[in-house]
Amino acid sequence: MSDTGSAHAAQRESFGATPGKIGMWLFLASDAMGFMGLIIAYMVLRIASPVWIPEQWQPDGALAIGLTAVMTFILICSSMTMVLALAAVRRDDQKGLVRYLGLTLLGGLTFLGLQVYEWTHLIHSGFTAPSSNYAATFFSLTGFHGAHVTSGVIYLLILFPSILKGKFSSTNHSPIELYGLFWHFVDLVWIILFTIIYLI
Amino acid sequence: MSDHPVAHTPGQVAHETHHEPQGFLRKYVFSTNHKVIGIQFLFSGLLWMLIGGLLAMLVRHKLAWPEGHIPVLGDALFKGNQGVMDDASYNMFFTMHASVMIFLVIIPTLVGAFGNYLIPLQIGARDMAFPTLNMISYWMMWPAYACFIASFLVEGGAATGGWTAYPPISVLEGQGQLGQTLWAAGVICVGWSSVMGAINYITTIIKLRAPGMTFFRMPLAVWSLFVTAILTLLATPVLASAMICLILERVVGTSFFMTANVFVGGTELAHSGGMPLLWQHMFWFYSHPAVYIMILPAMGMVSDIISTFARKPLFGYRPMVYSLCAIAGLGFVVWGHHMFQSGMNPYLGMTFMISTTMIALPSAVKVFNWLGTLWGGQIRFTAAMLNAVAFVGMFIIGGLSGVFMASTPVDVQLHDTYFIVAHLHYVLFGGSMFGIFAGIYMWYPKMFGRCMNERLGRWHFGGTFIFFNITFFTMHYIGLMGMQRRIGVPSNFELLKPLQPWQILMTVSAFCLFLFQILFIINFFRSFKHGEKAGDNPWESNSLEWACSSPPWHENFEVIPTVYRGPYEYASPEVEEDYLPQSRDTKQEPAS
Repeated sequence: MSDTGSAHAAQRESFGATPGKIGMWLFLASDAMGFMGLIIAYMVLRIASPVWIPEQWQPDGALAIGLTAVMTFILICSSMTMVLALAAVRRDDQKGLVRYLGLTLLGGLTFLGLQVYEWTHLIHSGFTAPSSNYAATFFSLTGFHGAHVTSGVIYLLILFPSILKGKFSSTNHSPIELYGLFWHFVDLVWIILFTIIYLI
Repeated sequence: MSDHPVAHTPGQVAHETHHEPQGFLRKYVFSTNHKVIGIQFLFSGLLWMLIGGLLAMLVRHKLAWPEGHIPVLGDALFKGNQGVMDDASYNMFFTMHASVMIFLVIIPTLVGAFGNYLIPLQIGARDMAFPTLNMISYWMMWPAYACFIASFLVEGGAATGGWTAYPPISVLEGQGQLGQTLWAAGVICVGWSSVMGAINYITTIIKLRAPGMTFFRMPLAVWSLFVTAILTLLATPVLASAMICLILERVVGTSFFMTANVFVGGTELAHSGGMPLLWQHMFWFYSHPAVYIMILPAMGMVSDIISTFARKPLFGYRPMVYSLCAIAGLGFVVWGHHMFQSGMNPYLGMTFMISTTMIALPSAVKVFNWLGTLWGGQIRFTAAMLNAVAFVGMFIIGGLSGVFMASTPVDVQLHDTYFIVAHLHYVLFGGSMFGIFAGIYMWYPKMFGRCMNERLGRWHFGGTFIFFNITFFTMHYIGLMGMQRRIGVPSNFELLKPLQPWQILMTVSAFCLFLFQILFIINFFRSFKHGEKAGDNPWESNSLEWACSSPPWHENFEVIPTVYRGPYEYASPEVEEDYLPQSRDTKQEPAS
């Protein structure tokens, strides 16, 4: 270890990503473990329970797949506009950036609005967290995810003044890219949750 | 000792440098500088160490003299009870002693204080990759402090369910009161702080190493903090999800962990369908890796300290790195050994037993390498070195008793006895705490520009070492005799009555242990003003932080140094001195 070594060794090893990107990926890995905890709790409780859906909600369950399918579609669309927004800023298309990120924000807000509607509706019909684990795991998972969508919306609102001022360009767009990573992650998690909570 | 720093090309310090902030608030309170944040973590950690220690003294007093009047504090704390501690308070104090020591002292001090202070200095960076995130990670500790303090003040008092908070106790105790809920909220805040720190450490180590600082030239302190950060990153969120479920259980009344047919006072509770074991799995999935979060950084620092004061290259640098990684990797698949008694499937228990026993291998590699480093060295017995060597010795005892309880048939006998209490204190006090002391004696001169008093340091070490061993070694013995942990009045049990003299011995010894820490406090504060001036490199050590001034300037290095070799080149034949700093370029020097 006493050789003088090349001064470039450290640079060579340092992975071709910006600190921000590494940091965001690390955060997502960590966050994924948080979802994992709740998802595994859900799976264990569900597998171990003799009757998962209480009699009151038999045979179809309390959860309306139609409404959630719309929510899922909206969230996927907002991921799509996120991709288009990043493509727009990469070719210096300021108008496109504002338009597509505006649509992404709208998608997030609509999703949240529909979720609030769904929750209110369910709670009014007696589907409350203490009533069964069917309901408790539903609320813990969708609530944790909803908190992420909310943070995503707030995160985007914080970015918006700079976006409107035209601060981002083809050479400077890493905050948009990082936001995109987070937003796609939230979207991906929803697809998993939709599958295991509503479909299976 | 930045003998021959080489000017770096602009691309090699990719992150922006910022000017030193003016004004007290920006400079010392809401600072984004890693050194200030590290010292903030250190001060808060030491303050909580005092509180956690006081809680331990209260617990020990109750154990020795269950009906005794508590001196000084008794009349204030237990007015209604003539200054005698009631059983509920006893439960509260041992719960909060463990929670404070783990979540507010050891993790934030080892990882927060030393991680923040050492990583940029030892890899040759000007600051962390995300300075603002770093500041937030420190200030996230304050909501946790607030939760823990508030929990003592609310009706019903703080958490009483043990630091493991197993349901149904953690759900039913103080139902409708806030203590345990605040505890869970506080732990979530600590977790948040840890994860932000971990993201910062990993990114910093990957991106901001000085030219020539390859991964395998990093000091082991940095390596251990790197590995620890990965553990923190992946394990902590699972604890947070468990805590969210626990809060829902208590506040909303869900049944994640509560089964049906639980009767309290003759009435059946509304819970149904939950699994108490689910909590244990989720809790230990974090809390076993957390055990390594609490020891790996100490191992790394101790490796640096032992090599420095033995004046010898660290024996087996790469095996040390690989065994750190092995301990961390295995640490993720052993959590079930805390649950041998829980009714878990015995076959599952067997796999946990095997994976746990395997951790002895990388741990033994580390111990042998420390001994190999000491072997034939020109040892300088400074206060830092004494604590580091004590770490090795105590870790051997704690590690070996760990192998006992890793084995299912033995654990069936030992579970929940004082043998376990002895084991965990040998690794957490004998390991982590001696590691913290060693680290403070070692890097205090760098932090504050003055050395701590060696004579006081030795007295502090000697007293701590002796009374630590009297207190905790005894626990092995009474544990084997059947003394159960967590019971406030052991003499209520016929079987345990003969062991009462041992309890009194341990309590007296624990009091002495506590008193000896006063020497440390005096030394710590007195040395700010009256300590001997340290100079840049008081220990004649090699790693990059000793190439800075003491204390380092706001941006650490005048010029980012170039690294030519590993950090353990002591007694090198290349130079006259017995140490060869990482940034010294011997090729540029005229031949003597």
